[in-house]
Amino acid sequence: MYAALWRALPGPVALKAAAMIVLLALVVWACFEWVFPLVVQWLPYDDNTVTLPNLPSSPHHPDLQDLA
Amino acid sequence: MRGGVRAGALGVLGEVLMTLGALVVLFVVWQVWWTDVSSDRAHAATVSTLEREFASGTGDPGSTSPTDGLPAGAFAIVRVPRFGADYARPLVEGTSAAELAEGLGHYDGTAGPGEVGNFAIAGHRTTYGKPLAQIDSLREGDRIVVETAAGWTVYAVSSHEIVRPSQWRSSHPSPETPEQRRPRPCSPSRPVTRASVRSGGG
Repeated sequence: MYAALWRALPGPVALKAAAMIVLLALVVWACFEWVFPLVVQWLPYDDNTVTLPNLPSSPHHPDLQDLA
Repeated sequence: MRGGVRAGALGVLGEVLMTLGALVVLFVVWQVWWTDVSSDRAHAATVSTLEREFASGTGDPGSTSPTDGLPAGAFAIVRVPRFGADYARPLVEGTSAAELAEGLGHYDGTAGPGEVGNFAIAGHRTTYGKPLAQIDSLREGDRIVVETAAGWTVYAVSSHEIVRPSQWRSSHPSPETPEQRRPRPCSPSRPVTRASVRSGGG
């Protein structure tokens, strides 16, 4: 797979290596910007905020006592 | 020849598996490091935009238009001198994962800053800018300042306890007692810091 990619890249070894590094950086950037923020929605690690069950409608009198 | 094809297929499979492994490591790097970098940047931008709006008096309390560069629901700045003289984090409406990436989150349905009732906010202690990483350094009497377009509300820390993730209760049952609670995500145990209103006004 990567060997085929290496062969497909043009130019001398130095140019191939530079192109590989640029491609790797692009992949990392795409992951950081789009892929991981999308994937994290499906993972439970971020979704652990304590939620308020059965909160009364009036925000001025939130009876938070012993809801647990 | 057939053996060569099988070896080639195994080679590709091995490369795919190693690539997936590298992606998992990269995900961890993103989660524990890059979310801090990007959220810190976003928080600082939101705080400076809010400061400009508050200073110019154009701030619209409770809501923000999507055109002014603010994340949806950003309406206040929280300052905690104990966390550093320049500590300032935006407060947004809601406590979903997406909202907590934008700053501290105000629990839907709880009182607003300075209002009578329980004003409850949540925030990350790790990742996404970790605005409450130093929550354990708060001492009784420490000030928590919440600035909105309407003015300032100063809370003073009164107690701190660690509760189970499922636990919700208040030590001050009276709804006439203004109170702040801060349960946070990111950990199996939830430290809760209580603070009461010290002063408020424009």
